[in-house]
Amino acid sequence: MQLASFILHRAIHSIFVLLGLSVVIFVISRVLPGDPARMAVGARAPQWVVDNLREQMHLNDSLPVQYANWLVDAVHGQFGISLNTRRDVSQDIQEFFPATLELALYAGVLMGAMGIVLGTISAQHKDKMIDNLVRILSYLGVVTPAFVFAIIFMLIFGYALHLLPTLGRLSEGLTRPPAITGLVTVDALLAGDPRAFWDAFLHLSMPAVALAMGGIAQEARITRSTMSDNLTKDYIAAERALGIPERVIMSKFLLKPSLIPTISILGLDFAATLSNAFLVELIFNWPGLSRYGINAMLKKDLNAIAAVVLVFGVVFIVVNILVDLVVAQLDPRIRLGAGRSE
Amino acid sequence: MAQPTTSWGAAADLRHYRELERSSRRENFGRAWYKFSRNPLSVAGLVIVAVVVLLALLAPYVTPYPKHAGPFTDFANAKLPPSWKYLFGTDTIGRDILTRVIFGFQDALVMGIVVLALVVPPGVLLGLVAGYFHGTWIDTVIMRITDIFLAVPPLVLALAIASVLVPNLMNSMMAVSLMWWPWYTRLVFGLTTQLRNEYFVKSAETMGASTAHILFKEILPNCVSPIFTKMSLDMGWVILIGSSLSFVGLGTQPPKPGLGTMVADGAKYLPDLWWIPVFPALGIVVIVLGFNLLGDGLRDLLAAEEV
Repeated sequence: MQLASFILHRAIHSIFVLLGLSVVIFVISRVLPGDPARMAVGARAPQWVVDNLREQMHLNDSLPVQYANWLVDAVHGQFGISLNTRRDVSQDIQEFFPATLELALYAGVLMGAMGIVLGTISAQHKDKMIDNLVRILSYLGVVTPAFVFAIIFMLIFGYALHLLPTLGRLSEGLTRPPAITGLVTVDALLAGDPRAFWDAFLHLSMPAVALAMGGIAQEARITRSTMSDNLTKDYIAAERALGIPERVIMSKFLLKPSLIPTISILGLDFAATLSNAFLVELIFNWPGLSRYGINAMLKKDLNAIAAVVLVFGVVFIVVNILVDLVVAQLDPRIRLGAGRSE
Repeated sequence: MAQPTTSWGAAADLRHYRELERSSRRENFGRAWYKFSRNPLSVAGLVIVAVVVLLALLAPYVTPYPKHAGPFTDFANAKLPPSWKYLFGTDTIGRDILTRVIFGFQDALVMGIVVLALVVPPGVLLGLVAGYFHGTWIDTVIMRITDIFLAVPPLVLALAIASVLVPNLMNSMMAVSLMWWPWYTRLVFGLTTQLRNEYFVKSAETMGASTAHILFKEILPNCVSPIFTKMSLDMGWVILIGSSLSFVGLGTQPPKPGLGTMVADGAKYLPDLWWIPVFPALGIVVIVLGFNLLGDGLRDLLAAEEV
């Protein structure tokens, strides 16, 4: 019951935020750049071409009317033609999104798993050598941009040690498995092709780890601080006094409440990873949506810019709602908060 | 409302009180500095920031080849690996990378300072107003707008805005600022909603003080230290975001050196000319690390003070 109203509340809020976001994107793609028609045909095209295009693009209508038309099209997934690839923008998105999603999913798993493990170890050995080591490493992880990690990994693991491939999603000579999900590793498994899976996995590893480093560090820091806070709570002392084994206390009573802040931040980090992926996609030549978006921005491909920003915005908002739901499930204070009055 | 009457005695009291306040402030500062200096990481942060700022300010005098910060070419000395002559090596057209990294600090710092200068006043003002008029339509309008800006990954919108404008440092600073003010609004909003119920605010209201007086003289001074702490941490983050923008070519334009641009250009020459991207990359890490260590040190200090 409360869950339903919680979801409803969040959904209404999200629709409002999405509308606001759409206004911002409309302003970016239609108002800020000056004349989008002039931009589309280039500076040297004669004026009548621009005028025709303005008519075609309905740029002579008032801004609110233009916005309404643009919004209706966007809701139907129609963003027009990309000036860069000369294809439908929605088609481009379908093609490039899975590559970025694969990268972000791998990075997200790493952030969660590594961050929680490191943070837990750190909290259990607070102020010992290993804790200090984790803290220093996570400091470096947080302040180093992903593209710096990308370059350093590439030099060490790619060129010096020859452990991992440096460019693309799959080695030459291997045929790409039929695209079912668009995630090459998953497609390879579905096609029953272990060689392609392993190759794709190796290609994925360096960019994903480079992208995940900041998140791993962030998650480790948060897990450490909540967990070491919780370790001093009375209920833990009571459980110890009752003779409950340390292992059980850790896994059963300490981990769950300590993970709530970590999961909230993990969700945000994962969603941000999708859009920040270009920082490593550019270096590893990864054919993802994020890189597509950057190229669109650099070439002032307004239709593509609007679509990519909207896609990332929607994903970000959806992930946030999911995180709130998970946290509400984990945290009885949120889940049952309103239940008292029932 | 009745003005408090002033007699000579009261004025002397006031002087005495001010004197006391000054001396206790000095004492507090001494104590804070002592506490700050006990943490080697915070001191390291302060030292890094001080060195980076000094290097950036004195760049034309301390760099070995100041001319290399501009459109300079020397093909005879191009692509040289690090040596005593060129500590960080030279780039593809023969410019000293150490010189360019130090000059790159200038724009990185300008980015941080200008963005914060653009962001803090409106962000704080909106937060004060929304917090003080909590529960009214003013609060709703301001906070819903901040929600929109906080609901999307900041880097993407900043990139989108910067990209449709002419690419240069000023426009990328504007774009980042547009994404950054809501954090200050939210911070100050939270503080103000608590502070407005405090007795000193209530008493100022009863005395008929103007809204401006209450916002700026009663509430704002109590928000200063959290704002200041956030600013010192944000310096690092803004520089980080700025380097990401400059990484894709939106920001400092060549031939001026931008740290992110140098990394992006150098990445093309991996692995043979590794020094071209690696040293600017380390430059970014050092500057962001410095501000983070310093900011964390200040935060610990202020958090301890409040307890």
